[in-house]
Amino acid sequence: MATPVAPSGAGRYKQRVTQVPLVDYLVLGDEPHLVARQCTSCGAKFFDRRNACASCGSDAGFDSVDVAREGVLKSYTIVTFAAPGVPVPFVAGVVDCDGTSVRGNVVNVEPDPEHVKLGMKVRLATVPIGTDSAGTEAVGFGFEPVERTAI
Amino acid sequence: MTENVWILGIHMTKFGKHPDKDTIDLASEAAIAAMRDGGVTIKDMGVLAAGNLMGGSGSIGQQLQKQIGQTGIPVFNVANACATGATALRTAIMAVKAGEADMGLAVGVEKLAGAGLLGAGNRKPDKDTWEPSGRVGAVAALDGRVGTENMPGVFAQVGMEYMYENSYAGTPFELFAKISEKNHAHSTLNPLAAYTKKMSLEQIMGDVMIAYPNTRPMCSANCDGAAAAVVVSDSKLKTLSKEQQRRAVKVKASILTSDPWQEACQVLPDVNTLTRRAAAQAYEQAGIGPEDLDLVELHDCFATAELVHYDNLGLCEPGGAVDFFLSGAPWRDGKRPVNVSGGLQSKGHPIAATGIANIWEVCHHLRGEAGDRQIEGAKVGLAHVIGLGSACGVHVLEKAAA
Repeated sequence: MATPVAPSGAGRYKQRVTQVPLVDYLVLGDEPHLVARQCTSCGAKFFDRRNACASCGSDAGFDSVDVAREGVLKSYTIVTFAAPGVPVPFVAGVVDCDGTSVRGNVVNVEPDPEHVKLGMKVRLATVPIGTDSAGTEAVGFGFEPVERTAI
Repeated sequence: MTENVWILGIHMTKFGKHPDKDTIDLASEAAIAAMRDGGVTIKDMGVLAAGNLMGGSGSIGQQLQKQIGQTGIPVFNVANACATGATALRTAIMAVKAGEADMGLAVGVEKLAGAGLLGAGNRKPDKDTWEPSGRVGAVAALDGRVGTENMPGVFAQVGMEYMYENSYAGTPFELFAKISEKNHAHSTLNPLAAYTKKMSLEQIMGDVMIAYPNTRPMCSANCDGAAAAVVVSDSKLKTLSKEQQRRAVKVKASILTSDPWQEACQVLPDVNTLTRRAAAQAYEQAGIGPEDLDLVELHDCFATAELVHYDNLGLCEPGGAVDFFLSGAPWRDGKRPVNVSGGLQSKGHPIAATGIANIWEVCHHLRGEAGDRQIEGAKVGLAHVIGLGSACGVHVLEKAAA
């Protein structure tokens, strides 16, 4: 919640801004991370609101489990043509986070095949999406290289 | 024991731009020609299965009947994305196999010329205030923010994933572009293809990049077209003329699968498992193996997709798709010709028509009528399509015995 702080004395304290995650499986805070819904019957993981488990069919329920923050890029594409309004180029990919596959953009890297490599180690990063008319900042996520790649 | 089903008549229209023909014009052309090809008429049809994805109406079958013959038969309007044509065929075959009709008509039609980038509708503009909605509580549209919704990008990832899993040490872009080079070269012999231009590797790699590594010519061509097939039961076929029996093509396998759950399947569509299953079921139903195939028409919606299907259809050793391609095997003069029609990249991909059009190509060769592009002595062929969502149709066809 925004906590307005009254200016005092010589300086002004910065207002704390309300942040919302782009998707509800992104948890913000000091250590942003993703959470998955894990089927209590078979362990299959999902990111969306579930009616039942698509792996085993059980509707017994799901636990919330943290997803590893680091992973390996197991596939990617560099999109140069997208729907109107979608800025290009961007790198879309699939990251293997310690056994859980996650869809996300590869960020904080030059979007070309010289810099983005299959198998590269990446870690979760937050990405500002924008601020709305109420002053709320939406925060998304992506995966950035753990190391800078040398060409 | 259910009896065999045969393809009695089949036709595809020329794929391309047909601005003066509407959807029903194309569907009628294909249907009437298919029935004429089989020496039968609409009055002989006991069932109709029809598909059209972009036309906006759910009743393509009835709209077609209102032009070519309202006989009151059961109509199944079907949809399975890019596997719609194969689904229509599967439906007609199923009805004949079940003994509910002795002859059926399957039709697929699409007007897609000028459609542009598929899969990515306009991204919804951001709302005034962030409000979570939908199954992941998204506060804004996710295309471009969390991966890509567009088809060239999705299928680029499908191909790149194969490269990762099989530790390809070369340049993926060049390898995939060579696959496209093959299909464009093949298309020069196909007068019904939307594009019949040979393209060099340099031209393909130098063309507009859509979603790395897919350049524009490596993407299926959006165009208009229709295809239709008449299927007939074994016992009914035996009552027809010698000529009709001679040209009939036996359906040795007709399979449809959907995507079974796999760990990553809701993150990146898994086009592999359902194809592998469909292929295994098809080979079993047909009593053959991939080594028996004289030609294959598979779903190269993008050059990156063709590679993985060499593996999925068992045309090569598991993990061996790159070596298979580099050996020259899938070229028309190779040991396992793939997409001699030019494939979706150059023949074109009018979505609901494709699943019957590739059956037409196989039949054309099995009947010995493919002229300049005839695969000599072709006896057995396989046609494969994948629709995202997902559905996979695999048919194995065999030339009639002399």
